[in-house]
Amino acid sequence: MGSARLYLAVAARGFRRYASYRAATAAGVFTNTVFGLILVYTYLALWDERPDLGGYDQAQAVTYVWLAQCLFAALALQGGGVETELMERIRTGEIAVDLYRPADLQLWWLAGDLGRAAFQLLGRGVVPFLVGGLFFPTALPTRFDTWVWFAVALALAALVSFGIRYLVALSVFWLLDGTGVNQVLMILGVFFSGMVLPLNVFPGVFGEVARALPWAAQLQVPADVLMGETAVAGAFAFQAMWAVLLLAAGRLLQSAATRRVVVQGG
Amino acid sequence: MRGRMHTTAGPGPGAGPEAFIALDRVEKVFDVRRRKGLLRRERHQVRAVDSISFTVARGEMVGYIGPNGAGKSTTIKMLTGILTPSGGRLRVAGIDPSRERTRLAHRIGVVFGQRTTLWWDLPLIDSYKLMRRMYRIPGARYRENLARMVELLDLGDLLEVPVRQLSLGQRMRGDIAAALLHDPEVLYLDEPTIGLDVVSKTRVREFLRQVNAERSTTVLLTTHDLQDIEQVCSRVMVIDHGRLVYDGALAGLHEVGESERTLVVDLERERPPVEVPAPARVVRVEGARQWVAFPASESAAGLVARIAERYPLVDLSVREPDIEAVIAKMYAERAGRASTQSS
Amino acid sequence: MAERGAVLEGLRAYRLIAGMWVRSGMTYRASFVVTLFGNLVMTGLDFVGILLMFSQVDSLAGWSLPEVAFLYGASVTSFGLAHLAAGSMPQLGSRIRDGSFDVLLVRPVSVLAQVGGDRFSLRRLGRIAQGGAVLGWALVAADIDWTVSKALLLPLMLVSGAVIFVAVFVAGAAFQIYAQDAAEVQNAFTYGGTTMLQYPPAVFGKDLVRGVTFVLPLAFVNWVPAAHVLGRPYPLALPGWAAFASPLVAAGCCALAGLAWRTGLRSYRSVGS
Repeated sequence: MGSARLYLAVAARGFRRYASYRAATAAGVFTNTVFGLILVYTYLALWDERPDLGGYDQAQAVTYVWLAQCLFAALALQGGGVETELMERIRTGEIAVDLYRPADLQLWWLAGDLGRAAFQLLGRGVVPFLVGGLFFPTALPTRFDTWVWFAVALALAALVSFGIRYLVALSVFWLLDGTGVNQVLMILGVFFSGMVLPLNVFPGVFGEVARALPWAAQLQVPADVLMGETAVAGAFAFQAMWAVLLLAAGRLLQSAATRRVVVQGG
Repeated sequence: MRGRMHTTAGPGPGAGPEAFIALDRVEKVFDVRRRKGLLRRERHQVRAVDSISFTVARGEMVGYIGPNGAGKSTTIKMLTGILTPSGGRLRVAGIDPSRERTRLAHRIGVVFGQRTTLWWDLPLIDSYKLMRRMYRIPGARYRENLARMVELLDLGDLLEVPVRQLSLGQRMRGDIAAALLHDPEVLYLDEPTIGLDVVSKTRVREFLRQVNAERSTTVLLTTHDLQDIEQVCSRVMVIDHGRLVYDGALAGLHEVGESERTLVVDLERERPPVEVPAPARVVRVEGARQWVAFPASESAAGLVARIAERYPLVDLSVREPDIEAVIAKMYAERAGRASTQSS
Repeated sequence: MAERGAVLEGLRAYRLIAGMWVRSGMTYRASFVVTLFGNLVMTGLDFVGILLMFSQVDSLAGWSLPEVAFLYGASVTSFGLAHLAAGSMPQLGSRIRDGSFDVLLVRPVSVLAQVGGDRFSLRRLGRIAQGGAVLGWALVAADIDWTVSKALLLPLMLVSGAVIFVAVFVAGAAFQIYAQDAAEVQNAFTYGGTTMLQYPPAVFGKDLVRGVTFVLPLAFVNWVPAAHVLGRPYPLALPGWAAFASPLVAAGCCALAGLAWRTGLRSYRSVGS
């Protein structure tokens, strides 16, 4: 009970910390809206040529664009969540201090990242989504329970997102410099989460593979849940599987890294 | 030169044709916007520097001190042309810094204690080669200056070391050398000894005295360390709330601030407080060690002799007053005087 | 004459600063290779996205794949050149916040040149190489009716486009002097701009096309010259000579960006940080 309160406090701190960057948030909202605008026109042109592409109609494609802009910062699809700070702490050796904290390292950073994600969803995500909904034809559900399932899908997506980035951050224990892995994370994240193009448009075996990767659990699955394009139970199972796998791998890597720090004496 | 409290604005001591740095009622006002409530914002003005006047003669070494936010770095930024004054007249070597920033840059050297001008990943010497080309230093002059810096600052073994591998003290020495390669007539140092160990501090101070003696470079430094002033500067200026509140010798500052030094004596064994003549007094006793406070303006020698002739001493040391304490005391006094005047 | 001297001095300072950063970058060879490759893949995936689109359709708003590839190649190459030359300007805000901007101000050379050359890195060549490769393919694959004027227009387009993007970077840097934390806004114009230009103008709403033609004239980076080269109707029915107006537009952008930079710098020095 006591430790639950601790992690809640850590999450609240993460939320407040990102909430304090007002100008940056406003700038992010603007940029996401502009990118949404550019993408929505290209999608409209694409769906003009091939209505029903990837099983979406035009309104669904538009909804997908704005959802992607809405979740871009919250799910840190391109990186830029708490893992940047974690990498820096590992690089400078300050991580040794964290290891002495009476809290679990992974849960600690997860709580902070969820707090961040919550703020960025509200602060950065809502406005582009509303702009999209106001000026373009969208396909939003009218049933209340669909929105509840969507919220669950988002929560699972946040876990998967953290799971990936935590693994990447811990790799700095061995690589010492995070620039390279960060870039790999950015590339894979943007492409395989479906920021460029919805994954259901990817053709053939390539598409099958892309839709099975963990990045699919972040944007494509919540989008399909929101627009009723997938069975909810199967979607949750897919997301939960990746969340469990990634977080477990994170724990394994974490204990290896901890041993390493202890052996090296910090 | 006797210190004095500034009560009115006007040209400071040393005004005259030889003045190298001259400030005449210089002001810097910042517009600060503060959030009031969700959307409303309140604008108000902050006078970071409020009608400051002083002159510095060529070759002087001046300490510029004051609490954080008093206007020290704003003044330095105006002197280097980084900031434009809101009012008043400011000249360095006859140049208006903010109007002719690049021309002035050739004649001044600046060391920011917290930020380096050196290239982090490259050997120290590479940064110097860049300085040479950026400032267009003639080859012979560059080689001569570099050799002298290397000798005085003991940089010989460091020239080929990447800057990121230097210790803080080594990096600071490297930065100071970088600021002097182009023979500047004035050197500004912002907290040059912050974070350095005792040996490095001593070396930096010694170096500054030497450069000043050899080239009569004018030195203006801000610091939190009273020893910097004591060992380097003949003159000290104190700024608070954007105003110059003291300009004169360090000894005078102690007098004005009525600060106290502390004599720490280790006796043979535990004893009751030693007897000392007023105004000196024992402020603390801990086992065989006792702390005796006495006015900073007085010599410690008499006091030491007096204690030594009555009590068997094992060891003793004198602690200098901390600059913050001196200034704090001075401010408290000014505030007190002001309130009696106004009532 | 004095103006010209200042420009030459600025270029010299730029070369000095950029040279130092190149040498700095070379001290981490492994990281250099990785990020060079990363840059290549990163921008390449944008094109993979376009290829994926064309795996499902034969044309986009009436433009074929080679034609879109032409737009893509021109946009990415121009932007890549600008990014190589001034790609660290978006980080001016952090330089101001941590105080290292002041260090640049006490040096006897142009501040703009120093900010432009800041953290200069050859790894940014990856983007240019990738954009150039796509453009090269497009030139072969597209059905172009070559004339001398079209051949001359090609390099003119790339250089003018790069200059227009540099002007956007400079204006963005000036903006950051006022709003250091809002640095991301300029991404909408730089990265957003180069993304938009990868698609045919016919894709976008009329007002959006008007905006990027007359307000922020990104259309002159590739849309208008490409219309001439590919023999397609000009966006907004612009007159025929408009395809050759890119250098003029670029010069105008530079003048305005220079003005913005000067104003910004003056305000920094009177307002402080």
